[in-house]
Amino acid sequence: MRQEPITGRRRFLKNCLASAVAVAAGDGISHSAAGAQNLPLIRSRVVIAQDPQLRGSDSTVDSQRMLSLLDRTMETLLRVSRPDEAWKKIVRPGQMVGLKVNALGGRGFSGSPRLAEAICERLQQAGIRAADIVIWDRDTDELERAGFHVCIAGNRVQCFGTDRMGYEDDLATWGSVGSRLSKILTQRCDVLINVPVLKDHDGAGVTIALKNMYGTIHNPNKYHPNGCDPYIADVNMLPEIRSRMRLSICDATTACYEGGPAYKPQYSWQPNALLASQDPVALDTTGWQMIERKRAEEGLKALEAEERAPRYLATAADPQHRLGINDPQRIERVETDLA
Amino acid sequence: MSREHYLQPDSSLAGAGFLDSERFASAGTSCLPDRRSFLRCALCAGAAGTISTMAHPLDAMSLSPAAQNQDDSQFTVEARFYQKLPNRRIKCKLCPRECSVGDRERGYCGVRENRGGTYYTLVHSRVCAAHIDPIEKKPFFHYLPGTLALSLATAGCNVNCKFCQNWDISQVRPEQVPADYAPPQRVAQLATQYSCPTIAYTYSEPVIFIEYLMDTADAGHAAGIRSIVVSNGYIQDEALRAAYGKMDAVKIDLKSFSESYYRQVVCGQLKPVLDSIVTLHKTGKWLEIVYLVVPTLNDGDAEFRGLAQWVRNNVGADVPLHFSQFHPEYLLKNLPITPVPTLERAKQIADAEGLHYVYIGNVPGHPAESTYCPKCGHILVQRMGLEVTQMLIRKGTCPYCGQLIPGVWHV
Ligand code: SF4
Repeated sequence: MRQEPITGRRRFLKNCLASAVAVAAGDGISHSAAGAQNLPLIRSRVVIAQDPQLRGSDSTVDSQRMLSLLDRTMETLLRVSRPDEAWKKIVRPGQMVGLKVNALGGRGFSGSPRLAEAICERLQQAGIRAADIVIWDRDTDELERAGFHVCIAGNRVQCFGTDRMGYEDDLATWGSVGSRLSKILTQRCDVLINVPVLKDHDGAGVTIALKNMYGTIHNPNKYHPNGCDPYIADVNMLPEIRSRMRLSICDATTACYEGGPAYKPQYSWQPNALLASQDPVALDTTGWQMIERKRAEEGLKALEAEERAPRYLATAADPQHRLGINDPQRIERVETDLA
Repeated sequence: MSREHYLQPDSSLAGAGFLDSERFASAGTSCLPDRRSFLRCALCAGAAGTISTMAHPLDAMSLSPAAQNQDDSQFTVEARFYQKLPNRRIKCKLCPRECSVGDRERGYCGVRENRGGTYYTLVHSRVCAAHIDPIEKKPFFHYLPGTLALSLATAGCNVNCKFCQNWDISQVRPEQVPADYAPPQRVAQLATQYSCPTIAYTYSEPVIFIEYLMDTADAGHAAGIRSIVVSNGYIQDEALRAAYGKMDAVKIDLKSFSESYYRQVVCGQLKPVLDSIVTLHKTGKWLEIVYLVVPTLNDGDAEFRGLAQWVRNNVGADVPLHFSQFHPEYLLKNLPITPVPTLERAKQIADAEGLHYVYIGNVPGHPAESTYCPKCGHILVQRMGLEVTQMLIRKGTCPYCGQLIPGVWHV
């Protein structure tokens, strides 16, 4: 069901300005020679960085190699030669930065805490105070179960769930969505870095960057009908989310191609990769392609054939949303391998 | 979800001596505590508690940490209406939505969770709103008028009405709203203690706390307390018969007479609700229907007429039909309050279609709040807001002409 956004004129103007700023700041969007090939001018860059040696002998992710993989990802995405240059394009000293991870899968299948640590290290080198960084998701216990070190005070990087701060009393609304937002988002983040995982999803088709924003609202259970469409796109249009979102870094060290979103070891594989983009729609489109390729390798039907292709991507890219690009021809996919 | 607000209008009464014995015993709407304080005080009073114990909210508050420390497992009970599927999935068979839920996930209502292939309700005895209300507030106009109902709710709902005035309890997960442990026997005991002949399941959507409703109805009946429910009727047939079969009276919120409205404004379907109403009528439950009139969305003459004809043809002209006034809330703040002439037009149309008891609700002082004899036209139950100011029905009949007036009029 669709409902026109319930916004006043001032809020509407504010939203327009926020969107304009977001587009103008999008270093990931390149103005290439594509026009000459009859393709639209604007393209979105998605980096897939892999490291076959990411894991140590005990198969856990190696911190140092994760840091190197992150550096390569960011340098490639933002076309710079040093990681600090890349991060300075994302954050400014004095800002409060939130890393929205996905801890739902427990220790088996949540974002690797090593990736969050690596991002925090680089953020601090870019001038962000440790205490101004918060790693967060819906629930503190879930974060702990996923292997994150909970920290709610002091001068260290903070890590806790919305259960500790609660949700705003007022509803944020856009299109079909009316939700209370996490106070961590509204009160502790000037900048949001989306750190999702790469998973199959029984309803939406896939759950990557855009759907990870369901973890910022109080009522995600209301937005699963109809393959989560248009709800995923509408949640990402909430001004409080859209105006803060700078970057998505998907943790594809372990990924899931079937049976998601719950962790099913028999349907998971280890790409040992990071996917990054400033365009979450392009990132999700690319992640979907990876999942489809793996499904084909495993002899499974395409999601389309199972009537659960991620329709929400087209909605997110449509003229009402313009959250990014879902046309693979307009996505500049850059693969890099640390090995 | 209900149009009946779960918070009292004068919230400043909370924690300010509102539980002194005389005011609480009189139990008019204006002297009631806020939902949390009432329940906490009531629960803390314990079996040996007296009203005077409850006269000191601060004493009761000092016990509150115990309530907050309650373990989630206290509220977690295996659900009653679901099917196990392969791969630890389940299909919920409680409401027509039939959520298919994977391991560690919840259904649309947000209060039922799949844990390893077993489905659980997370809200058994987890009461987030509790009041003693006049039964007219539900509204029930033909069921024990002038009596009090111990009214309670848990978090959650299986639809998402854009006009919900209780959205801050109905549209949240149980862990997002303060709640207290109120097992069925305790609720029955409180109802007895405060002279409430009925327990009302209301405010949010009782369908989603059906296990608690069933157990509490049993406990209530064992103690001589009746049960009444205020529901959207969006429930599967088996669950309806099993759970609402335990109810003594049912009020259904029929939110519109159009499928598209149900789809767009309610996030549900009309057909199963109509089916529920017919089933309830056939089982002989006392039934009343409320229709919230939302300006521009469900206020057309044709819709009023279609509704009235359907009621007359399917459940009979004697089932009370209440047209209630909408107030802008939640996601429909852009619409105005329903004009009284619109409600009067709805009533005229329903009267003309031959319905005997058509009321106008949420308009205190309106003459259509009162009950009139359909034969001689005399006023039989006079109401002013939620108060019954005159009750003339004797042995279920009109004292002027002897006409039988359907309903349950005396305890
Ligand atoms: S009761 Fe809840 S879980 Fe069950 S079908 Fe309805 S919305 Fe889904």
